Amino acid sequence: MDTLVDNIIAEASGKEANIKMRCRDVSVFYAEKQALNEVNLDIKPKQVTALIGPSGCGKSTFLRCLNRMNDTIDICRVTGEILLDNEDIYDPSIDVVDLRADVGMVFQKPNPFPKSIYENVAYGPRIHGLARGKAELTQIVEKSLKRAGLWEEVKDRLDEPGTGLSGGQQQRLCIARAIAVSPEVILMDEPCSALDPIATAVVEELIDELRQNYTIVIVTHSMQQAARVSQETAFFHLGNIVETGSTDEIFTNPKDPRTESYITGRIG
Amino acid sequence: MTDIAPENMGDGTTVTRLRHHSPERRARTAKRFAAERRFKYLGLSAVLLAAAFLVLLLWTVVGNALPAFTAHYVKVPLDLTTEKLTKENAADFNYRKIVRAGFGGLFPDVKKRREKRSLNKLVSSGAAIAARWEVSDNLDWVGTKAEVLLPLSDTADLYFKDLLGDLSRPESERTISDKEIAWLKELDEQGRIERTWNTIFFSNGASRESEMAGIWGAVVGSFLTLIVTLALSFPVGVAGAIYLEEFAPKNRLTDLIEVNINNLAAVPSIVFGLLGLGIFINGVDFGWFTLGGGSPRSAALTGGMVLALMTLPTMIIASRAAIKSVPPSIREAALGVGASKIQTVFHHVLPLAMPGVLTGSIIGMARALGETAPLLMIGMVAFIVDIPGSLSDPATVLPVQIYMWADFPEIGFQQKTAAATLILLGFLVLMNGLAVVLRSKFERRW
Repeated sequence: MDTLVDNIIAEASGKEANIKMRCRDVSVFYAEKQALNEVNLDIKPKQVTALIGPSGCGKSTFLRCLNRMNDTIDICRVTGEILLDNEDIYDPSIDVVDLRADVGMVFQKPNPFPKSIYENVAYGPRIHGLARGKAELTQIVEKSLKRAGLWEEVKDRLDEPGTGLSGGQQQRLCIARAIAVSPEVILMDEPCSALDPIATAVVEELIDELRQNYTIVIVTHSMQQAARVSQETAFFHLGNIVETGSTDEIFTNPKDPRTESYITGRIG
Repeated sequence: MTDIAPENMGDGTTVTRLRHHSPERRARTAKRFAAERRFKYLGLSAVLLAAAFLVLLLWTVVGNALPAFTAHYVKVPLDLTTEKLTKENAADFNYRKIVRAGFGGLFPDVKKRREKRSLNKLVSSGAAIAARWEVSDNLDWVGTKAEVLLPLSDTADLYFKDLLGDLSRPESERTISDKEIAWLKELDEQGRIERTWNTIFFSNGASRESEMAGIWGAVVGSFLTLIVTLALSFPVGVAGAIYLEEFAPKNRLTDLIEVNINNLAAVPSIVFGLLGLGIFINGVDFGWFTLGGGSPRSAALTGGMVLALMTLPTMIIASRAAIKSVPPSIREAALGVGASKIQTVFHHVLPLAMPGVLTGSIIGMARALGETAPLLMIGMVAFIVDIPGSLSDPATVLPVQIYMWADFPEIGFQQKTAAATLILLGFLVLMNGLAVVLRSKFERRW
């Protein structure tokens, strides 16, 4: 009996090394309508996982389960189990505010606060008490902006409003804002869909760099983007995960015919 | 030029196409243009009509009000040498006899009692009080003979303003007699009549005598009332709006509450007056205990509470609209970096909604400032001479003062009514202007 438990623990801890978030039987309901149907997905640490699929397939809904952003929608109900480092994030003892500090989010449309660039980045560390004193806060802001590749462009105008930046810069500001609270996982919901191709390329490059320090889950509509930035891909269709696997494999050798038709552009 | 030509589609079917230059097409275009022009002129005439009425209103009000802003005074030599008057009692001495003697002294020929009485009616019955103000402001006059400016009676004042109508009518049909006109002319020739800014109107409370009546009491009353209204309805209204918009679950109960708030905003204001009378002043007797009651009658405190009840629905609706107009992406952004619900609301949503909230509050306050009916119910229509010094003192407010003055038959009060209306309008324009400035200054910045 003891050996069995030990084995399970050993197995679990062995898996934990290469699984950051483990999702089991995740279903989401909007009132009576089921948007996700018993989805299982393992998210590997320090990798970019792309969620692809046609519109309305539930990939954004799934992404928003990972930091409980769906809690803000009254009629939304989530069942199943989502573990972050083996801790159930839907457990009543988990504080959603702490969770969101660990699992940051970048949204589809750049949404900087209508405050200064500095304040945008400093807000998160300030409310979480991450900095002791002004100097340390300024250090965090600088580090985050540097990591988001925005420092050189804005270092002389930190007091100017974040909303005055260009679309691509705003999105990188939002990424810097997410980084500033030192999350472990960053969720990105179609971060480039409102950007032009050049800004998109910059953000994609940034995502690739961030992979060294963070686990990234990205929802994208663009097959090319998924192929360019991700190591793992999950294909969603009508609320189900049809296929998961390494990006190379899914794009070169899909197992499911639906995946194949989607990535070759026959459905979508 | 084939206008409407059946066109062969190649597969045996034909379609009829409208050619651009066909007469039918041109007629239809002309008709459409005519309809657009008609609509434009209709709209324009509506705007012009509204503008014309506005100009007419302002014209009458301003035209009536302007004479009330100045008043005629007569320079009377006062003999302040009497022993009874000292510097200590100058502020509560009765100057009636001194004023009578001084003014009568200007007309030594008038001897008969009846004539003397009508002569004395030319100066205001408040002249003794005005003399007291003047002397207590200039204490070194005590023990000397001084020339003091005293207000004329309203009839005399209106005579100089040429507002007594046709003076060529027979004497019996006029409010001023030939003799009085002769006396006033004599005073004018002596250079004793002065037309100055009507300080009494801006510094006095109500009075039965139109020349002694002022709006200051009503202005102070309005101010105190609005302070109470704002202090009660702003925090409660904004808190209610935040709760309903950001925290309350969306269910039947909150739907019901929302519908009823909208209904409350449409309830006639006098009903709120009845509510205030019933709850704040009388109290609701449940036998073993009384709910409310004991609030002072005719006081700014009670008036403010009643107006707060009336303004609250407006305030909640305006604040909710302002909070709702903050884009959800801002809330998501804040929640996304791990702000709690409260932090999200107070750090991001409320500051962005504040201009809208303030605009709504100012407009609600402006409505409260112009409100009469509910205040009549709680006794603020009383005739109050003293300027209210505290929230529980008897007070009246500007619109009620206008309502009361409009009831008085004297010609002098017609001008006072118009002048007070003009001042009330001025305050309203000022408040609405402030709302516009706030709105444009803090326009959405995202």
